[in-house]
Amino acid sequence: MGRELLRRIGLSIFVLFGLSILIFVIARVVPGDPARLALGPRAPEWAVQNLRLEMHLDKPIYEQYWLWLVGLVHGDLGKSLVTRRPVTADIREFLPATLEIVLLSALVMALGGISLGVLSAKYSNSWFDGVMRIVSYLGIVTPAFVWAIIFMLIFGYVFPLLPTTGRLSPGVSAPPTITGMMVLDSLLSGNLAKAWDAFLHLILPAVALAMGGLAQAARITRASMTDNMGKDYVAAETAYGIPFRRILTKYLLKPSLIPTVSVMALDIAALFGNAFLVELIFNYPGLSRYGIQAMLNKDLNAISAVIMVLGVVFVSVNIIIDIVVAYLDPRIGLAGRRNG
Amino acid sequence: MTVDTRKGHPEAGRPLTLRGENLRRAWYRFSRHPMSVVGLVMVAAIILLAILAPYVTPYPKHAGAFVDYRNAGKPPSAAHWLGTDVFGRDILTRIIFAFRGALVMGIGVLVLVVPLGVVLGLIAGYAKGTLLETVIMRVTDVFLALPPLILALAVCAVMRPTLFNSMMAVCVSWWPWYTRLVYGMTSSVRNEFYVKAAELTGASRFHILFREILPNCIAPIFTKMTLDMGWVILTGASLSFVGLGEQPPKPALGTMVSDGAKYLPAQWWIAVFPAIAIMVVVLAFNLLGDGVKDMLATEEGS
Repeated sequence: MGRELLRRIGLSIFVLFGLSILIFVIARVVPGDPARLALGPRAPEWAVQNLRLEMHLDKPIYEQYWLWLVGLVHGDLGKSLVTRRPVTADIREFLPATLEIVLLSALVMALGGISLGVLSAKYSNSWFDGVMRIVSYLGIVTPAFVWAIIFMLIFGYVFPLLPTTGRLSPGVSAPPTITGMMVLDSLLSGNLAKAWDAFLHLILPAVALAMGGLAQAARITRASMTDNMGKDYVAAETAYGIPFRRILTKYLLKPSLIPTVSVMALDIAALFGNAFLVELIFNYPGLSRYGIQAMLNKDLNAISAVIMVLGVVFVSVNIIIDIVVAYLDPRIGLAGRRNG
Repeated sequence: MTVDTRKGHPEAGRPLTLRGENLRRAWYRFSRHPMSVVGLVMVAAIILLAILAPYVTPYPKHAGAFVDYRNAGKPPSAAHWLGTDVFGRDILTRIIFAFRGALVMGIGVLVLVVPLGVVLGLIAGYAKGTLLETVIMRVTDVFLALPPLILALAVCAVMRPTLFNSMMAVCVSWWPWYTRLVYGMTSSVRNEFYVKAAELTGASRFHILFREILPNCIAPIFTKMTLDMGWVILTGASLSFVGLGEQPPKPALGTMVSDGAKYLPAQWWIAVFPAIAIMVVVLAFNLLGDGVKDMLATEEGS
């Protein structure tokens, strides 16, 4: 397993290297003159010239890529063309906010989806199963940003129970930055009230993000669970008189989760993608909202940095999921999932 | 020659041709689940509405830069079934016109992406173990290293925001999925006896790839295409939602939702109805796709 893991990491580094070329092509080659694009058509010629020099646009293209790659490895992604701050500083500020939402969302998705799926399998063909089938179908086809609007209307206005914008209530000061995740930082600095406030702000965006994947996970878990229930080993265990509850938790759950966890890689991709829209709706200052602003401002340094960072995060998540699948099913191993 | 032995049977006189029989069977399998038929009807309705938009909508002029501040922000009424937006434009009219862009997006992306993805997948799968396979599949991996929506957003960001450019952006992030699907199937089919037989008779590569292997991969490709229509349209709507798609005053579902979200909750209808429209489109193509899946899966005998 250690060797497989190394191979997977090596492959991922290769993929990230490829991704850096792809991003470079998108950000530097496609738009024509990136400096003119960033400054807009009304900017004076000397300003454009200065920016061209700063972005090394006067050098040949392969040298530009090399300089960008070296900067990337050293954690220097250039200056934002709009805020004039180093992009790395911006990312350090905004990435934890997005990770906080995505982590909570993945948790809601996994726990909610799996438990609903197990319940529908346990009570399969009952009214509960029937309702769940329709609800999960609707859950899958409803885009995250529509969930966001629905939640905002219900919990923000009809029953104003939860906050709908930002990371903290107005008047509450931010906790000292340790990890950048506000719930965690508040806990670490021992401020429970602040942690609770930050957590309340996370709930709506995280759940809105999770809904699609949750429904999907419930459907897949139910399918694989009912599938496994028909297997001989379950019949044998039932014949031994093992109570069904015990069979369910001890023998059925683990093998039934393999398809769910495998699909979760895609669902987590969707989480990162949809975070772009959900953060916008909840006015949540995360990396995705920063990325959108960079995109609308044609801030190419910031765009390529955000995309690259998300690529690294996403590839790492994929490796973690492969490890979890390998743990659930030793037969598959780390090499298996890709070819399976 | 076939002899009709079904004398007196209610089926007597029906065409005995294989094609007719297959079609009837396919329809039977498709319509076994009533929801598939619902999906088909919904998709047909959406397409018809989009094509006939100038004739069926109550206020065709409202699909452009039309302004009528006296009627701005009116709730749903008999004159405006789904209300009006902040410029006084009929929301129902704009939704139906936005279906046009959405369908152009869906069809355009699939038409461009499927041939490319399928051909690359066929080549990589058939050339398994060679440098060609490695190159194609590693490039595919690179494109799959980013969530599709993020890649599409990035490509969109560097181009001028138009419907066509956002279509191109979705294409960039969509082709690898077909390559991977077809690659998987091709690399398992290529060792079947009929492929070996074709190779032994000296058939050309082209013949083997497109006449022997491709027909055996067509069912999953077709299923994925039907299901993908909804998701492509949703991705397009997501791009226009952040302002990187079709530009105002032309109606786009995503733009309508994001513009309307500013007026929540008082003027909820401005955002909510276009959002429901997106849901309905995705739902329709998903139901249809599930029906197609049932229809083609049983045909395979699995």
